[in-house]
Amino acid sequence: MKRKLPWVLLAVSLAAMAAGLLLGEYRAVLEKAVTVCLDCVGIG
Amino acid sequence: MAPSARAPLAKKPRDRRAWYQAAFALGLNAWIPSWFKGGIFQGPVKGVCVPGLNCYSCPSALGACPIGSLQTALGGLRFNLSVAEKKFGLYVAGFLAAVGSAVGRMPCGWVCPFGFLQELLHRIRTPKLRVPRTLTYVRYLVLAVTVVALPLLVVDQFGYGQTWFCKWICPAGTLEAGIPLMLIKADLRPLIGFMYHWKLALLGLFLAWFVFSRRPFCRTVCPLGAIWGLFNRASLFRMAVDDEKCTLCDKCYRDCPVQIRIYERANSPDCVRCLKCVSSCKFGAVSYEFLGKKEVAVDLRVKKPA
Repeated sequence: MKRKLPWVLLAVSLAAMAAGLLLGEYRAVLEKAVTVCLDCVGIG
Repeated sequence: MAPSARAPLAKKPRDRRAWYQAAFALGLNAWIPSWFKGGIFQGPVKGVCVPGLNCYSCPSALGACPIGSLQTALGGLRFNLSVAEKKFGLYVAGFLAAVGSAVGRMPCGWVCPFGFLQELLHRIRTPKLRVPRTLTYVRYLVLAVTVVALPLLVVDQFGYGQTWFCKWICPAGTLEAGIPLMLIKADLRPLIGFMYHWKLALLGLFLAWFVFSRRPFCRTVCPLGAIWGLFNRASLFRMAVDDEKCTLCDKCYRDCPVQIRIYERANSPDCVRCLKCVSSCKFGAVSYEFLGKKEVAVDLRVKKPA
């Protein structure tokens, strides 16, 4: 079981990533990333 | 002629990790034209999360910071649920878990530009200070409070939460985005106020700490390291120590950038898997395993017979 756990975790993670991509979350991350983040800069 | 288990090995392999770190730091921030245009890179690849704390508002950043993206996803969750929009942050959470379950905290040791900066500044010759062990638990508090709880729970009238870690703490954002953007975008300068000075002061304190202690930000504050560290025990990449070969000489501890004793807990959540212990062990006691392949220091060090 200990040897299988990383593979199970990886499979679940990749499935979550794929589901997120299908739901259009890439665009949401992209929209945030291409806008100057005022919080990050320190003027938010 | 094979060396005996306790015999010190003769040849020391060259540590090229700093070159990898430098290559990743430059590679993740490679869009240099942005510095001259006075803006940030806005290409379509910027939605790809990068394996390190690298601010997406750095003018030349090519990808998205996973911690900033996670906070944004969690901060927008309540609004999305209220308007039945199916966005749950699965892409970012899946990315973090995929990297963690593959290699654990290894990107901290090899990829993260902010980790590289800490190691560079620590090379300055000064008296050095230890980081108290109790402080290493603070990063879980930072993760739970500023990255998860506050963005989820404290929302405006529309249901949006803020990126609390980016706003109040992240010194990588100040260094990579705050200072450069103020230099290249004159229209932002009138907006400088308390928050900017707070973040600048915090950055200054961290930079000074980097000189005196080994990777203190990674060990005490970084929420990204806190997440990936939790995967160290359950990742495909694993560290191992051969108790029969280990002499408890503590050479690995003295060389370790995060000051852990690998022989006490080979897959500690503090370990950034830089593999310094593997190359510094004179007896080949420390090894790592990935996808069924096992590498031991002794393989790198033994001189071939003439």
